[in-house]
Amino acid sequence: MILESLEITHSELKNRTGWDIKPQGACKGEVCIPLPSSVTTADGLIDLPKLAEKLNMPLIQDEAAGLWCLGPESGGKALTTAVAPDFELPDWQGKTFRLSSLLGKKVLLVVWASW
Amino acid sequence: MREELYPQGLEVVTVALDTLGLKATLPFIEAANPTHPSLIDEGHLLDELFGFVNVPSGVWLDEQGMIVRPPEPAPTPRDARRSKVEVPRLIPEEAKTYIEEMTVEVKKMVEVGKIRNDSEKYFRAVRDWVSNGSNSRFALSPEEVLNRSRPRPVEEAVGAAHFELGQYLYRQGKTDLAVAHFREAHRLQPDNWTYRRQAWSMANVIQGPTDLYESDWLKDIRKSGAENYYPALDMD
Repeated sequence: MILESLEITHSELKNRTGWDIKPQGACKGEVCIPLPSSVTTADGLIDLPKLAEKLNMPLIQDEAAGLWCLGPESGGKALTTAVAPDFELPDWQGKTFRLSSLLGKKVLLVVWASW
Repeated sequence: MREELYPQGLEVVTVALDTLGLKATLPFIEAANPTHPSLIDEGHLLDELFGFVNVPSGVWLDEQGMIVRPPEPAPTPRDARRSKVEVPRLIPEEAKTYIEEMTVEVKKMVEVGKIRNDSEKYFRAVRDWVSNGSNSRFALSPEEVLNRSRPRPVEEAVGAAHFELGQYLYRQGKTDLAVAHFREAHRLQPDNWTYRRQAWSMANVIQGPTDLYESDWLKDIRKSGAENYYPALDMD
């Protein structure tokens, strides 16, 4: 997740990483990791360095570009849960597609590339 | 395949992992004229969310949105190969020798079965799952899905962050900064073909040698062994 600031909203975090901040902690699927209250700032934003440490997510910086990047959680598997992440991407005609729109159907998700 | 199985409750979703987005993918998509959702993932978001490291790869999801097979090779049926698509590409004159060498090498690797194509096996399994749902022997339990998911030690996660920064900076026109991050991503995830081929292709359309990266497609596939390009399907 590309960042210009180290404080972000809950929805920004959820949209990009799938981690949802709930009263019981940071949750993805059925997995919830308790968080100290200091992860939330006085303005209700997420203090990313503190969250990154709790979730084992790398937070790297490119000083020349003035940017940070929050990587995925580490120490386990790429999938932390078998619940599919509900991602949103544009289709080739520019319309937004959300995976959950296909709930009720079986889905074969195939990735490919031009290269 | 999609037209055959859609009436039985299967939808196919294709996702192009392509930093250059529609600019790179549109000729292929227009030629395929998809009736299913055909998505563009410029940020390689799904690499990170699911753990994809090569293409084509697939994931199966059941009606409740549960993953019943994690990322694994999804071999393209022979009649759907994109080789039929005419894509205008500017091939530099000096690259022609590399292309000839690559064409011979790939042909050789396919002939001796080193680059696997188990498309018939894969699509038999898809059909079985569509017919039998959770009773199909190919539908895995949540525990087995997680067991088979790619491990993500800290260096893999750091590599993912570098790759994301590289893509962002590349799209901003900051190529020098981007290349440094791509190189770091390659170092940290040495078996990730997606990261390598995406970066190589933006420096050299045929993924041949450049001054920016130590490796190229042919060099790396010879080094790792073509038989390791796609892992064997665990579907027996």
